[in-house]
Amino acid sequence: MATVADLSDVRGGGSTSPLSMLGAIWGSYFFRKFLRALATIFIVTTIIFFLVRLLPGNPIEIYVNQLIVTYGMPVHEAKDQAAALFAIDLEQPVILQYFSYLQNLARGNFGQSVLSPGTTVTEVILRFLPWTLFSVGLGLLISFTIGVLLGVIMAYRRDSYLDHGLTVLSSVVSSVPDFLIGLLIVVWLGVQWKILPIAAMRGAYSSGMTPGLNLEFFLDALFHGALPISTYVLTSVGFWMLSMKSNTISTLGEDYVTIAKARGLKEWRITTAYVGRNAILPLFTILTIRIGFVVGGSLLVEQIFEYGGIGRMLGQAINQRDYTLMQGIFLIITFSVIFANFFADVLYGWLDPRIKLQDN
Amino acid sequence: MTARAMESKQADGVIAGTWKGFRTVVRLLAYNRVGFIGFIVVLFVVLLSYAGPVFIELDTKTKIDRIYITPTLEHPLGTDHQGRDIWSQIVNGGKDVIYVAFLAALISTLIAVVFGTMSGFIGGWMDSAIMSVTDIILTIPQFPLLAVLAAFISLNSLTFLGILMGLLNWPTLLRALRAQALSLKQRDFIEAARALDLGVWHIVLREMVPNMMPYIVVSFALGMTFAVYQQAGLVFLGLVPISAGNWSVMIQLAWVRGAIFYKDSVWYIMAPIVAIAILQLAIISMTRSLELVFNPRLRASE
Repeated sequence: MATVADLSDVRGGGSTSPLSMLGAIWGSYFFRKFLRALATIFIVTTIIFFLVRLLPGNPIEIYVNQLIVTYGMPVHEAKDQAAALFAIDLEQPVILQYFSYLQNLARGNFGQSVLSPGTTVTEVILRFLPWTLFSVGLGLLISFTIGVLLGVIMAYRRDSYLDHGLTVLSSVVSSVPDFLIGLLIVVWLGVQWKILPIAAMRGAYSSGMTPGLNLEFFLDALFHGALPISTYVLTSVGFWMLSMKSNTISTLGEDYVTIAKARGLKEWRITTAYVGRNAILPLFTILTIRIGFVVGGSLLVEQIFEYGGIGRMLGQAINQRDYTLMQGIFLIITFSVIFANFFADVLYGWLDPRIKLQDN
Repeated sequence: MTARAMESKQADGVIAGTWKGFRTVVRLLAYNRVGFIGFIVVLFVVLLSYAGPVFIELDTKTKIDRIYITPTLEHPLGTDHQGRDIWSQIVNGGKDVIYVAFLAALISTLIAVVFGTMSGFIGGWMDSAIMSVTDIILTIPQFPLLAVLAAFISLNSLTFLGILMGLLNWPTLLRALRAQALSLKQRDFIEAARALDLGVWHIVLREMVPNMMPYIVVSFALGMTFAVYQQAGLVFLGLVPISAGNWSVMIQLAWVRGAIFYKDSVWYIMAPIVAIAILQLAIISMTRSLELVFNPRLRASE
């Protein structure tokens, strides 16, 4: 608070009182989006804490009982071990446990894996998260680009065979769940027709490779990521295509487009700078919804292709009930999605200044 | 005129009215070809799943000499890894999928309608409060959340699974319905109703909701497709205890048993995938016709 007051003092002139400065910050679009992101993170971590710690029959209780019953460990020793694994001090009152839990999370301490003690959850996350970000990010980028381009073409040639064909195709593909598309790829392209070497495409990169910033490694990563990426592209391209088509059609009827035509501007310039630019803007709000959906789908898709990403690790952790690993990965996935959403919001506000004013 | 004649005349009127209403509904349904086909397919799948089991019993007998046979007259879709008939499993396996999806969609649509209209119509702090909560829940990736919850709470009953999904799936629907409510609020007939001081509940239930019916029905259908996706995914991850005969369970079993690796066993994994894909596609296509049927202005013009 002090800094805000100082700032207004430096500027002098009673016109900007500290209160109105605060109001300006409060009213700022980015600030409110940032607050929302923080609130979401807070709520998610709280839910997870209560699930792990307070629910009757919660994993910590189960773990402690297990140690006592199977290894005959004294109660306090079992509690100490559980406390170390989950990064929660069990001797403190619950409310203090909660605060220290938050503190640990803020420092990046997610505890240790229950099933393979000694492995910190952070290690697992650092090893597998980049591949999910890579495949999901690239998949979204490719499907967004293709979808937007095809959507504009469909809007300009509406009611042509191309338009009808693409509409039918995209509604068929996007109504089949993404992991079933993945299954179909494995069953037909991989096993039955033997077109793809699916066994060699497992993992995030080939075993002999050392990760590094060179073309060879990038191509290898692309080879291994190709199937999940194509699945994401196939299942989300229809979404972009149909939304872009309808946005473009409604933009084409706007007055400023007619005027641009009357001014004799080149067709290409009208399409890109006038129609395309305005039609693409609402897609950013859909982007914020799609990111979470595709990340959620990666949990299943990575399982099917045995891709070495965080989604597959989460699936395994859930299946083996490795609670610390599970909560850590879930939190990190959620944080990534929240961050991506915040980024999309900021980008949207920057691309379309109207939205910042409207939101007030 | 005797009382009896009056009664019979009234009954005739009711029958005629019902008949006319029925004809209108069918005409509106048939207006959009894709939507009508979707409707017929959904009807067929529902009938097959609920009436089919009466005629076609679930084949539970293990027959070692008949493992993975390709379709014959006796087994229209071949047999599985234990020599059981796949067609009987498909017929018996739709019920659960549809029930859970219906329950989840019902709950999420109810939440979305009540809070979406309130948010849009009343506005003010109520609107900002509801929208903040919605935005926050919308940002949490739903499927991982559901998967993690399923690991903590054992999902033994299908009803419970449906309720849980319903409680998580409403944010997208709510946003769409709120936008509708906001635009309806500006219309003349709502302004008139407010000027007459008809009360919030009357306006919302009698004036707004009927006009929002097309969107509500579409939201409901989309909610069903979400729920089909989620339950199939949860079963695939092995998070829902396996009950006998259910399309999602079939996919999971076929995958785990390695049915994808042989030529003859492909029927086992393809049958439930195609069944789910057909159901999803039909529900989405059906929304085009439902939009017309539930549009009060189109019905009134008959």
